[in-house]
Amino acid sequence: MTSATLSRIRQNQIAHLIANGKRLDGRGLLDYRPINIEMGLIEKAEGSARVSLGKTEVMAGIKIEIGEPYPDRPNEGVLTTNAEFVPIASPEFEAGPPTEDSVELARVVDRGIRESKAIDLEKLCIIPGKKVFIVFIDIYVLNHDGNLIDASALAALAALKNTKIFKYEVKDGEVVIQPGFEELPLVNYPVAVTVADIGGKLVVDPWLEEEEVMNARLTISFDKDGKICAMQKGGSGALSPEKIIEAVKIAKDKSEELRRLVVKNA
Amino acid sequence: MSTFYENREIVTPGDLLAEGNFNAGPNTYKVGSRIYACKLGLVEYKGRLVSIVALNTFYIPSVGDLVIGKIVEMDIHGWTVDINSPYLATLRAQDALNRPYKPQKDDLSEILDIGDLIQAKVIAFDRTRDPLLTIKEPGLGKITHGQIVKVSPAKIPRIIGRKGSMISMLKKETRCNITVGQNGLIHIYGRNPEDERIAVLAIKKIELEAHTSGLTDRIAEMIRKERSGGR
Amino acid sequence: MSNVRLVDENGIRTDGRRLDELRPIRLEVGVLSNADGSAYIEQGKNKIIAAVYGPREVHPRHLALPDRALLRCRYHMAPFSVQERKSPAPTRREVELSKVIREALEPAIFLERFPRTSIDLFIEVLQADGGTRAAGVTVASLALADAGIPMRDLVVACAAGKADGYIILDLNDIEDKEGEADVPVAYMPSLNYVSLLQMDGQLTPKEFEQAFNLALEGCRKIYELQKQSLKAKYLAIKEAVEEAES
Repeated sequence: MTSATLSRIRQNQIAHLIANGKRLDGRGLLDYRPINIEMGLIEKAEGSARVSLGKTEVMAGIKIEIGEPYPDRPNEGVLTTNAEFVPIASPEFEAGPPTEDSVELARVVDRGIRESKAIDLEKLCIIPGKKVFIVFIDIYVLNHDGNLIDASALAALAALKNTKIFKYEVKDGEVVIQPGFEELPLVNYPVAVTVADIGGKLVVDPWLEEEEVMNARLTISFDKDGKICAMQKGGSGALSPEKIIEAVKIAKDKSEELRRLVVKNA
Repeated sequence: MSTFYENREIVTPGDLLAEGNFNAGPNTYKVGSRIYACKLGLVEYKGRLVSIVALNTFYIPSVGDLVIGKIVEMDIHGWTVDINSPYLATLRAQDALNRPYKPQKDDLSEILDIGDLIQAKVIAFDRTRDPLLTIKEPGLGKITHGQIVKVSPAKIPRIIGRKGSMISMLKKETRCNITVGQNGLIHIYGRNPEDERIAVLAIKKIELEAHTSGLTDRIAEMIRKERSGGR
Repeated sequence: MSNVRLVDENGIRTDGRRLDELRPIRLEVGVLSNADGSAYIEQGKNKIIAAVYGPREVHPRHLALPDRALLRCRYHMAPFSVQERKSPAPTRREVELSKVIREALEPAIFLERFPRTSIDLFIEVLQADGGTRAAGVTVASLALADAGIPMRDLVVACAAGKADGYIILDLNDIEDKEGEADVPVAYMPSLNYVSLLQMDGQLTPKEFEQAFNLALEGCRKIYELQKQSLKAKYLAIKEAVEEAES
């Protein structure tokens, strides 16, 4: 059956299992699906990564360009994050302008990276007020099987981790590219963890069908020191304050697990 | 068992009205043993029934309702009628004609055209389809003279009054024919424009002060003043 | 830390407020005659109007849901609402805020009661000074209640955050831009449910809990103002009538 709406039997099945602490694929309520990370697979990009989270597949590509800084931040490089929900990823995705879901995802991933100050933007300044590096983070969703946010945030982090910037020299106010590369100055490792409320039970890494029955979800991004740098509630339901505090505790532990997949000794 | 407001006190959505063995009446809802308000309105406690008389609402059709509507569209099967509701209503040709409908011969626009006002009755409505109307009963059909006044559907019960007390007083004092549509539209047909004007004034005042007491007498008083002092 | 001093040594903020003080709020219900429901809020320098059309027939028809009403929400800022003119075209921020505001209000509305209709909600920011999404949720709830749309509770929203190391309530524009964190929260106080929660900045989990609880307190205070403003028009009429009688 290809329609997006879950049959009532399926909805009940999922809810019933979760009430008993189990999920359809045998996971525990707080377990992530198997995660696989591949880095540097797109040589033409300055950085890249592909993450598979169960059957969800997301790629992130980093492109570096030279451009002008924002007028109110003349000594800082520019970071911009975009996400594309391309039609191959799901029968629900159509070609066209970004949907609110893809805009939200891009902004939440961006927030985690920006607020944790993962990239030292001042180090990306070339000529103050005139020329800086612009870091384009482009998230490309290849297959949607739930929890795109966590997969995308992980892919973005992994892509940034293997990003190389070309060396340069400033001659007579012009930027001249030199041979050789430098690693992107990455000083923090933000990770997003999404927790869903299904029938009053908190569940980590909801997959597609769980997302359809969930009441609401809460995504929390943590930096390497356990500080929260972004949060986003999503879904048409509501959460009690107690559940929110509980979700934050659960997410903190899981964030450490995820970070270790990208940064071996973090 | 406890109630938390005075009878006819104004409450807002989310206000906890009662807790215990109570029943949730119109515009309230129950969670466990608690009854909450879902609309802005006056709370009424009648024995075990807790309900709210909403101060403002929109019209959801009920089978049997008398409504006043405007023809907005038509095709060979009938007409689409705006009845001041979230749902557009349908008037089929067979519910408008007292004889069999012959699509090749009958020109529906000669019976009712776009822009015409009608007095109709709701004969069917449920969650899966739009409301169905009829104008075949006596008293129903195209409105050809008089005035239409629009009020919030929430005020209609007050305009009718307990056992029709308000509407009877209005008809008597203004000497107008007044037909009240459940959907908030009221048809006034008087012997002259002045009588109709006073009727409209009275209805508008009832709408504004519907939540106060002693209204019937105050309105009757106002009408008499308008007639004499209005010169 | 910012270059601007946001809180002085006496715990007083740039606009003279204490750490846990709300900006002055003014609410008015039923301000537009054409909309089915409307309301206006002033919170500090924020000036926002909300209007509801609906429930009504869905256009385009194919978007109609068979079992519930479709809630559509548009959060939009007027070009003159901010210091530097904002282009009228929807920005990504407005797209995101339209979504989170809609999701803040959805759990409160009895959507299942109006299948195949749409409830269209418009939030227009006439002047912005930080915390517009929270003020937008607060005023939108009033517009929905004004339209007579059945709701489980009013939804009220307020933001808390951190500036110069202090946890503060109801951030204004400069605190939002230069501070360390911003946590907007939307809440249904009677039912004790949170329907909007975002955070950007840096907070330890403990600081987050403090800011979160402070925001909920702010919400409860604004909730009382919401209730008063809904009843205001009718209470005034009642009083006038009773005075005329006596």
